[in-house]
Amino acid sequence: MPDDILHITLFTLGVASLGSVLVLAPGAALAWLLARRKWPGKALVETLVALPLVIPPVATGLILLKLFGRRGPIGGFMENVLGVEIVFTWKAVVLATAVMSFPLFVRTARVAFEEVDVRLEHAARTLGAGPWDVFFTITLPLAVRGLVAGGVLAFARALGEFGATIMLAGMIPGETITLALGIYQKVQLGQDDDALVLLSVSIALAFAALWLSECLVKRRMA
Amino acid sequence: MNGAPQSVIRARLCREYAGFSLDVDLTLPGRGVTALFGHSGSGKTTCLRLIAGLERSSGVRLEVNGEIWQDDSRGIFVPVHRRAFGYVFQDAALFPHLTVAQNLAYGKKRRAPDAVDDGALVALLGIGHLLARRPQTLSGGERQRVAVARALLAAPRLLLMDEPLAALDLARKAEILPYLERLCDTLEIPVIYVSHSPEEVMRLADHLVLLESGRVVADGPLADTISRLDLPAGFFDDTSVLIEGEIASYDSEYHLGALRFSGGELSIPVPDGGSQIGRKLRVRIKAGDISLTLERATATSISNILAVTVAEVVQSSVPGHVLVGLVADGGSRFAARITRRSCERLGLCPGLRVWAQIKAVAVVV
Repeated sequence: MPDDILHITLFTLGVASLGSVLVLAPGAALAWLLARRKWPGKALVETLVALPLVIPPVATGLILLKLFGRRGPIGGFMENVLGVEIVFTWKAVVLATAVMSFPLFVRTARVAFEEVDVRLEHAARTLGAGPWDVFFTITLPLAVRGLVAGGVLAFARALGEFGATIMLAGMIPGETITLALGIYQKVQLGQDDDALVLLSVSIALAFAALWLSECLVKRRMA
Repeated sequence: MNGAPQSVIRARLCREYAGFSLDVDLTLPGRGVTALFGHSGSGKTTCLRLIAGLERSSGVRLEVNGEIWQDDSRGIFVPVHRRAFGYVFQDAALFPHLTVAQNLAYGKKRRAPDAVDDGALVALLGIGHLLARRPQTLSGGERQRVAVARALLAAPRLLLMDEPLAALDLARKAEILPYLERLCDTLEIPVIYVSHSPEEVMRLADHLVLLESGRVVADGPLADTISRLDLPAGFFDDTSVLIEGEIASYDSEYHLGALRFSGGELSIPVPDGGSQIGRKLRVRIKAGDISLTLERATATSISNILAVTVAEVVQSSVPGHVLVGLVADGGSRFAARITRRSCERLGLCPGLRVWAQIKAVAVVV
């Protein structure tokens, strides 16, 4: 395997892992709020979260570019105050994959929380457990398989992210090229053999991730 | 009295839903089993959930053994996990990801690490052999026994039970009731037991609250409440008297025991296990199982004939029925449900001496 293919594979695994890990805590928190609480603006947040699933990924990428670009409200702040540049760096790849994976994870996690019998949480409260205690000893353990399955799904989605990534991170060799971008780039350059190798790697990784997710979901059903 | 506050539960509970309102004011004894009885939709489970704090409604005032759990006029609402009570849910609600032993430890660890002797309770409820198992592998009756133990190991000062037997079939009920009876006899804390089964109430309760459409219909000691002649017929089975006594002698050939109580003796069939002389027994005689005669019958299959005096004659809510309040010579009260025609034919009126006939096989043990 040529060096750049190995590099692209490892880079993709790295950003997809980081992107989906970043999604876990806020995603689980939001999923729990959607599953268990009523609050004003809930319907709006639900829609906003689902939006990246239905609008073209390139459009999501454009929105992120406007927000995180140098002159964008968030990007400007980060660059001027924190000295962190995001757009067209590996951080942009992580951001794009995280945003694209977020709705998928939240949906799966929400179902996982909804499946936990609320009476069990009530029982725990009557046995002296406070709200956090109930969450960590009852809700989370009972939902954990669904959450892991959601995490794997988010990871698989992150592996293949293309549209938002190319918009926000560009195609900078050695810096922002993932498997999906690599396939496109190799085909553009007429290097079809390399493209096919990248394609095989993508399929293998996605297959492994989905298979793992299926196993977890099946065990949960049993 | 040593000046300690009288242990008692005072609860003013109210709740409004669309098409339903609950408004009850209860003062319950601080010991023994209080049954909240009512048909579905009468609000009995809502009462329990309000007491637990699992539902919150304004206007509720709740005091348990001197501790205020909720008083909206003073802005007090003790959160569920800080109220020292145990709750047994209809479907047990055991944690499926924990073993029986871990389920039992859950509340104990949080509330009362060294307060209760697990061994004795586990033995009393007969769940010692289940400790390593998962809840999914238990029968319904076993689950409920574990749920009761789990609630009690958290050292509650009040035990709330929400129809703990309703989800079980008859055989399972019969299996678990003796455990509950023994348990209720040994508990030092008050129990509020929600039920729509007169049989469970008869066997377990000391105090009875009858609920209908969110209002209290009757409230008082069990024996007094079920013998009231003014309750709507059929609401709580039938007007009945409750007799508590002990087996004075036993005829093993006929399986008949003589139950000695304050007003005399009753001959009743006692199934297996009744041979222990001195065994305490609570029996119920429904008003419809007592007939009246002016002269003592001799050639009759009726085993129990008591000399009684008519105290009152009350119209029943069933057309054509009357309820006759009776006082036996020893002072025990009985009630007979007869037709109005029979009542007129016998010329029953307060003060008249008659014979009350009780079929032995009709006595509910």
